[in-house]
Amino acid sequence: MTLISDAMSITRPERGSDGVVPPTGFTARLTQFTAAGMAFLAVFALALSMATERLADRWGEALAQSATIRISAPSEQRAAQTEAVLEILGATPGVAQARALDATEQQALLAPFFGPDLPVETLPIPQLVEIVTAPAGFDAEGLRLRLRAEVPGAVLDDHTAWRRPLIAAAERLSWLGIGAMALIALMTAAMTTLAAGSALAANRQVLQVLRLVGAQDGFIARAFVRRFTFRALTGAALGTLAGMLAIWSLPEVATGGGFLTGLGFSGAGWLAPLPVPFLTAVVAFLATRMAAFRALRAIP
Amino acid sequence: MIELSDVRYGYDGTALLTDINLALVPGSFHFLTGPSGAGKTTLIKLCYLELTPSGGQVMAFGRPASRMRRDEIAMLRRRVGVVHQDCRFLDHMNLRDNVALPLSVAGESLTAHRAEIDELIAWVGLADRAHALPAELSGGERQRAALARALILSPDVILADEPTGNVDWEMSLKLLTLLIELNRMGKSVLIASHDLNLIRAAKGQANARVLRLRAGRLEMAGADL
Repeated sequence: MTLISDAMSITRPERGSDGVVPPTGFTARLTQFTAAGMAFLAVFALALSMATERLADRWGEALAQSATIRISAPSEQRAAQTEAVLEILGATPGVAQARALDATEQQALLAPFFGPDLPVETLPIPQLVEIVTAPAGFDAEGLRLRLRAEVPGAVLDDHTAWRRPLIAAAERLSWLGIGAMALIALMTAAMTTLAAGSALAANRQVLQVLRLVGAQDGFIARAFVRRFTFRALTGAALGTLAGMLAIWSLPEVATGGGFLTGLGFSGAGWLAPLPVPFLTAVVAFLATRMAAFRALRAIP
Repeated sequence: MIELSDVRYGYDGTALLTDINLALVPGSFHFLTGPSGAGKTTLIKLCYLELTPSGGQVMAFGRPASRMRRDEIAMLRRRVGVVHQDCRFLDHMNLRDNVALPLSVAGESLTAHRAEIDELIAWVGLADRAHALPAELSGGERQRAALARALILSPDVILADEPTGNVDWEMSLKLLTLLIELNRMGKSVLIASHDLNLIRAAKGQANARVLRLRAGRLEMAGADL
């Protein structure tokens, strides 16, 4: 009997094979509980992976669409240099909008570090110019060269230095989520193998009797595999449901763009955990089948 | 159907059986006797391929057993009914389901064979115990149930290891009569037994050959039986 036909036969009740396996209360419950726990964790790992992917996109997009020019000049030249910079930006393709931040805005930026009463006007703080880029972006290198030539005190910061590590961190988190899911699948396989192995060892006499009366290995294996696969499927379905409910009930961190804001599923993303029970069943099927055939090889 | 040629078998380097030659052909009836530990059970296990000989060859239904795959051995066992001395059953299934087990593993419908199952159970005198679990059966009842299970697929060869060990004389004769009837239908029967009275009774009714295991070798029993 091949792997595929065995897998297909799982969905069909087989005459006589189900009843030959005695009730395996503890190991069956262990499989169900393990599958539920692993599915619950898998849903969280999936949510983490999807959230970090979204976060990477969001950070990337947000930072890619803006840039800043810092003008460090003596106070008497600052207005003129700011004017020159805005003029250059007005003529730069790919710059959708450019404006100099006023004192209140600059104060707001520094407030988290120095408090709200900072006398910005008395401090030698550079003038900041905010650039909003067009979707196509602008030639940052060309703009730098032009600024160096015409406004030496102006420095362009296109956020590349910030963006790269942030995106790299988010991508790593996303891979971590995928790695966690792979680990969960392995743990599920290991636990199912142990539970099935324990059930098979406890039922050695059953295997001997079945072989004695002419049962083929496939028949015996299917009886065990079907039982464990369905236990894993139902356990994982419950775990997935619990995981989705737990994610749904997470408090929303609405403001500030905090990390937790993105942890969860949105829209069609809620469909993503649905394959988890079926994948768990596949893992349980393969693990039990392997354990069953290994155990049967020891029975003449 | 089953032929052992120069078969040897031993545990841990000690030879238990040596140069065993035995042919179970259609219609043959053999008794196998010998003292405890002589290797009667081992010889029966070699016949239905539960054990692999350390030398010689076992041919089963025309094919060398050493070349059979596990699934082929399983199919072969459906043609060989075995009654074990220890009557192994599935403890969670009742007597009726245990008797019907060979049908289940062969993929047969139990509904279609209902009458056959009930008839066989009634014949071995266990009709009122059909729904009892194996643990609730006496030694004799277990042996009769094991015999019923061995016969349910109407096998070509019947191997019985002390089948009357736990039953009274009346039931022993009844079981023996059944085996003789099956033998007359062309089935090959091999009974391992140390019950000399049973062997003598059988010799009066069937053309039974009596074999004795002595010092690991198989020999024809003499007129002392």
